[in-house]
Amino acid sequence: MSKALPSEVGAGSREENASKLKSEYDVAVVGGGLLGSAIAWGLGRLGKRVAVLDEGDITKRASRANFALVWVQSKGLGMPAYTVWTLRASEAWGRLASELKQQTGLDVSLQQNGGFHLTLGDDEFGQRTELVKRMHNQTGAADYKMEMLSASEVKKSLPLIGPEVSGGSFCPLDGHVNSLRTFRAFHTGFKEFGIDYFPEQPVSAISKSGGEFRLTTPKGELRAAKIVLAAGNANQTLAPMVGLYAPMGPTRGQIVVTERTMPFLPHPLTTIRQTDEGTVMIGDSKEDELDDRALKHSISAVMTDRAQRMFPHLSRLNVVRSWAGIRVMPQDGFPIYDQSETHPGAFVACCHSGVTLASNHAFEIARMVAQGALEPELVGAFSASRFGGTGAANNSGY
Amino acid sequence: MFKRSEQDKRPQLQIFVDGVAVAARQGDTVSAALLASGRDARRSTAVSGAPRLPYCMMGVCFDCLVTIDGVGNRQGCLVPVAEGMQIEIQKGKREIGK
Amino acid sequence: MIVAPKREDYDVVVIGAGPAGLAAAATSAEAGLSTLLLDENIGPGGQVFRAISSTPVTERNQLGADYWVGADLVQALRASNAEVIHRATVWSLDRNLEIAVSIGGASAFVKAKRVILATGALERPFPIPGWTLPGVMTAGAAQTMLKSSGLVPDGRTVIAGQGPLLWLLAAQILRLGGRIDRILDTTQRGNYFASLPHAFAFLTSPYFIKGLTMMREVKAKVQVVSGVTELSASGDGQLANVSYVAGGKRETIPADLLLLHQGVVPNVNLAMSAGVEHRWDDLQLCWSPLLDASGNSSVAGIAIAGDGAGIGGANAAVVRGRIAARAAVEALAPAAAAKLAPMAALRADLAKAERGRVFLDTLFRPSQQFRIPAGDTIVCRCEEVTAKDVLDAVAIGATGPNQLKAYRRTGMGPCQGRLCGLTVTELMAQARGKTPQEIGYYRLRAPVKPITLAELAAVPKSEADIKAVVRG
Repeated sequence: MSKALPSEVGAGSREENASKLKSEYDVAVVGGGLLGSAIAWGLGRLGKRVAVLDEGDITKRASRANFALVWVQSKGLGMPAYTVWTLRASEAWGRLASELKQQTGLDVSLQQNGGFHLTLGDDEFGQRTELVKRMHNQTGAADYKMEMLSASEVKKSLPLIGPEVSGGSFCPLDGHVNSLRTFRAFHTGFKEFGIDYFPEQPVSAISKSGGEFRLTTPKGELRAAKIVLAAGNANQTLAPMVGLYAPMGPTRGQIVVTERTMPFLPHPLTTIRQTDEGTVMIGDSKEDELDDRALKHSISAVMTDRAQRMFPHLSRLNVVRSWAGIRVMPQDGFPIYDQSETHPGAFVACCHSGVTLASNHAFEIARMVAQGALEPELVGAFSASRFGGTGAANNSGY
Repeated sequence: MFKRSEQDKRPQLQIFVDGVAVAARQGDTVSAALLASGRDARRSTAVSGAPRLPYCMMGVCFDCLVTIDGVGNRQGCLVPVAEGMQIEIQKGKREIGK
Repeated sequence: MIVAPKREDYDVVVIGAGPAGLAAAATSAEAGLSTLLLDENIGPGGQVFRAISSTPVTERNQLGADYWVGADLVQALRASNAEVIHRATVWSLDRNLEIAVSIGGASAFVKAKRVILATGALERPFPIPGWTLPGVMTAGAAQTMLKSSGLVPDGRTVIAGQGPLLWLLAAQILRLGGRIDRILDTTQRGNYFASLPHAFAFLTSPYFIKGLTMMREVKAKVQVVSGVTELSASGDGQLANVSYVAGGKRETIPADLLLLHQGVVPNVNLAMSAGVEHRWDDLQLCWSPLLDASGNSSVAGIAIAGDGAGIGGANAAVVRGRIAARAAVEALAPAAAAKLAPMAALRADLAKAERGRVFLDTLFRPSQQFRIPAGDTIVCRCEEVTAKDVLDAVAIGATGPNQLKAYRRTGMGPCQGRLCGLTVTELMAQARGKTPQEIGYYRLRAPVKPITLAELAAVPKSEADIKAVVRG
């Protein structure tokens, strides 16, 4: 569906942006990261008039700190519905990648030829074997063919593994993608779909009157018939403004990245992957500390030490950057998708796996929001009602 | 592109560039020795394969990247030459294990 | 020979052995403080006094008297008890004054009571079409080769840009028998008028006569074209031609070597990664740290001296080094400060050394067209991102350098933004109708220089660190 092309948001004048703020939208998406962008793009794809409200250059952005796996294995222990949801996303990713390519010309370098989780030593191999068993025994979960492999079996696919690798689990559905390019593709797609992107406009208040939502930003008020809260951990603060609940338990993760190298790693691992550009990303820690400016080199040391024990050749590569990011993490680790009973038309979406689930967000969640109601058979399990007001332990498999 | 001053009385030493013996002076950096050698010392970038030579010679631009004694992506402008040093001009991305 | 630091704790750690670092370390050690000087280069001197202890250029007049001042500073340092380590790359400095330094492929960790950053300056990016071609270098690069290896250009050589260093380099090349075919002076004509109000200070500064003499020396031997308003390099995989416009007339000349220079800017990476607050300097068109009169930064215990504190030149750098070191001594061992030159005298020295600086900054303020490129001119050399790419990203919502990284990878290569950061900030500011201060800069983090993965992996780790990483 075509629409008048929006004038340039980024380069536009303040007056122009201010006048846009007076106009009406079918949906306002709060949050312009991967999750909000996927939903907004999906809504634009359905011909909706969409505004995306985002923060500025420096804010906690998981979208530019993530590890970019499209990952299935070990997800969903304790919530079979999450396994099913993840599998659906994995299957739909190819379609998302090709639609983005067609629309924007950008190849997001999706690779889904299976992924490994490698173990070092016998103890880790034993623990992983246990986990795989528990996953298989979980009733109601879809089977995603995760299997344990011996070191010699792993070596057939990953010839450069070191002698300390005791084996690992393999899932043929796992993959990875260039997540920064995916982010750029969504935002490039916004233009095509006539979606208005408003950076530097964090939402401080939301109210509903006269049948529409009013969102307060530093540059004025924006009105929309529906809203989707996709502001990551900030959803915890925004959700209660419209009768929703999004209990979050963020953690910090560190990632180390090397210089560009000739391709050597044909499959992604849970903690090591080679990007299409050639850099090697090594992750990732899980810390309670929530300052994303500070780095603990001792934690990077554990990550890189494990990486070089898995692939001894890595030891000579140069580390060019490292960073810490704050994970968007619902309190029990599973996604939250919910709709407001007190404020019909208000939705909340937050999850840790904004990359893996991007296809679901673009296709399914966007479709449901456009229709005006979430479908219980697809996402009923992810309602925040499961918290019953108290946080459950995080055992999402991450 | 560059020539040596006649007053340069530093001792000579020999390095090898892609296997070919090249004269250098004690105190030269690898990059200076390469530029003084008159050889084609252009590397090609890891991104597009575009040819480059050292740009800043003070350790900030990373256009002097070179393989030294089997170790890739070293900043040639910060490493002094040593007798018998093996230099390889890098083409494209570094190979793992190098 | 690989030498690790002798201790784990020091009163003062000075980073960088240029004019400021040499003076700071000598002053601190002279007062009896345990002092460690870490420097990335092969020998002392930084850029200004590059290869001061080893240069093959023995005819002293060729490099000039200002260069040999460095020898006295090195002598003073060697006479002190300061511990000095060269080829030592500091890759991390944090708010707790913990320093990680890579020496010979292994990292050492030291803690300081005071850190004096003397990381100096680097040449301002000069992003013209073709500036990545082999054969295009900075003037500073040529000067480094001249000082440390006695190398001078012998092919068809063009020097382009502006500022005192450009004329000094040209004079040095000529004195050593090197070749310069043409000098293209990009000084904006309007700057001559703008700088007039500051001329008196300059005329009475030591720079004036020296500068004038040097320009005369060069102009007697080389064709100098002034008022250059456009500049580009071209060639197929190698520089072949330099093209320029002066007085509305375009000319293209064949060239083997193009040396570019339009001033120097503070090297901010280490300071910014430590969290030191910087602000945009509208006159010098760069980021400078917020400092008090003794060079103390916004991070307690970290002082900055030399050109890293804002461009002031070598003489000012030496005095700022002494001031920062004296302030450290006053804080850590007040009684010992009596041995040192009084602060009032140092401040007077600094005022003298800074005389004429505003004139130079105004006269040699680089023109917009040489700072803010357009079209397919490369902005980020590492990731090969063009000006148009940056503008395209702004058009789809990039608000600042950090979002731009997400869209285009600028600043994500090994140089970590050193060669593109200023250009990106100014380009985005222009495109968005904002000030550079509003646009901001890359968030920088350790390692500020690459280290090997094995080196990072060898950092000591605790059980808690392992628990934070290993999970089923």
